[in-house]
Amino acid sequence: MIRFEDVHKAFGSNHVLRGVNLHIPKGESMVIIGGSGTGKSVALKSVLGLVKPDSGTILVDGKDSTKGDHDAFLARFGMLFQGGALFDSLPVWQNVAFRLMRGSLKRPAEEARAIAVEKLRRVGLKEEVADRYPAELSGGMQKRVGLARAIAAEPEIIFFDEPTTGLDPIMSGVINDLIREIVVEMGATAMTITHDMSSVRAIADKVAMLHDGVIQWTGPVADLDNSGDPYVTQFISGSAEGPIEAVR
Amino acid sequence: MSHVFSPLAILGALTLSALAALGRLAIFTGQTFAHMIRPPFYLKEFGAALMNVGYFSLPVIGLTTLFTGGALALQIYAGGARFSAEAVVPQIVAIGIVRELGPVMVGLMIAARVTSSIAAEIATMKVTEQLDALVTLSTHPMKYLTVPRVLAGIIVVPALVAVGNIIGIMGGWAVAVGTLDFNSATYLQNTSDFLETSDIVTSLAKGAVNGGIATLMGCYYGMNSGRGAMGVGKATKGSVEAAAVLILAANFILTGIFFSS
Ligand SMILES: Nc1ncnc2c1ncn2[C@@H]1O[C@H](COP(=O)(O)OP(=O)(O)O)[C@@H](O)[C@H]1O
Ligand SMILES: [Mg+2]
Repeated sequence: MIRFEDVHKAFGSNHVLRGVNLHIPKGESMVIIGGSGTGKSVALKSVLGLVKPDSGTILVDGKDSTKGDHDAFLARFGMLFQGGALFDSLPVWQNVAFRLMRGSLKRPAEEARAIAVEKLRRVGLKEEVADRYPAELSGGMQKRVGLARAIAAEPEIIFFDEPTTGLDPIMSGVINDLIREIVVEMGATAMTITHDMSSVRAIADKVAMLHDGVIQWTGPVADLDNSGDPYVTQFISGSAEGPIEAVR
Repeated sequence: MSHVFSPLAILGALTLSALAALGRLAIFTGQTFAHMIRPPFYLKEFGAALMNVGYFSLPVIGLTTLFTGGALALQIYAGGARFSAEAVVPQIVAIGIVRELGPVMVGLMIAARVTSSIAAEIATMKVTEQLDALVTLSTHPMKYLTVPRVLAGIIVVPALVAVGNIIGIMGGWAVAVGTLDFNSATYLQNTSDFLETSDIVTSLAKGAVNGGIATLMGCYYGMNSGRGAMGVGKATKGSVEAAAVLILAANFILTGIFFSS
């Protein structure tokens, strides 16, 4: 469904993506692992056109993601940003219901609010939170509001950028289960970035390891422990010894 | 690297980068007006911008123009006294405020108050990925953030200029009547006899231009902010500098157009 073909992206002299090739079939949950600063977020943003690749193409359903009606294209996606990226001028429920209050999915405010409250409950937040402002919430709560916003319009394709970073282990478990559920129930295609190995095992159908600007290894999550790939082995064991330099 | 220090090279580089910056600004302005005339329109954001640019600027505008009008009356009285022309205080205060100081003071106050806050807000949104989030929620940041603010600036700043003009004139009147022994009724009569409709129209037109410049600069610098807290700080500083310079330059050009013939 989503196919990266030789995608390159540099910021000045910083060559972040150096020929990424990756295929995510429809309805699958792909998890991308890799050290921080290796370009995982940049790869996700490239699909949505938030970052313009220098070369290469990204195909969604076989069509070039940069061609055609971009609004209709984006309407198929939901995205959880690494930092939450909530609109701090709007109360929580209006953040969650943002897409349901304007444009083609617009509906009455009460209905939008009811959906927002329901989504908030799914990510473990009480109704009281709905009327607060993002700045009044803890980092973990903001993350969950961001998650509720990503799934509010029931998108076909969902991107999660570090969904469990900054959450306690219990809440991480809740979010992992939730992501799994969304993928199974909604039949969504998911692409998740994470460093959290328990998350990887809970969420992934397939795993891809990004390092040095290319996908070093990709395979089913069951093969993760005996991948035979030195990068993956080092990453999942969290060892300082190996091909990945600790100083980057 | 010695050519870096040659004055001509520096001048050339500065000119080129200034031209490039003007070009980018012109494109941004063009895009803003293109989005302005195409739906969707975000009325709630427009209403909020009207309040922020207009209503909440009233106190600072009232106070700055009040003191400016008062100081102007004192200066004209003192200067006029040298050739026994003290009586022109009402007329000169009226022209000075309505033609120049009203629109300029209001423009600069809006640059200080509104341009800076727009730039800081949008830059922070950019740094915290809120602009990216808007895009993924199928909302164009130009339409949602820039258009309401710029439109509000163009519409409401002329009204602020009108208020500023009246309060500035009243500042002059208060000083003249209170300390310089002018007759209140005569002062007001002289003021209204002397001002022409064209003075007022040009004053409000300057207000619209200044409002457009101030809000555009805030949005432009915010949207093009660098990363991190330093990026936000730079964007804010740059937006106020650019707005202040462009407002004074535009004021000079408009004065040339309106009053030189
Ligand atoms: N808009 C940008 N401008 C300049 N450099 C960027 C930008 N976005 C990302 N980078 C750089 O690209 C690299 C990869 O960033 P990112 O994709 O966020 O890493 P991660 O894998 O941790 O998500 C980093 O070195 C970062 O500094
Ligand atoms: Mg990242």
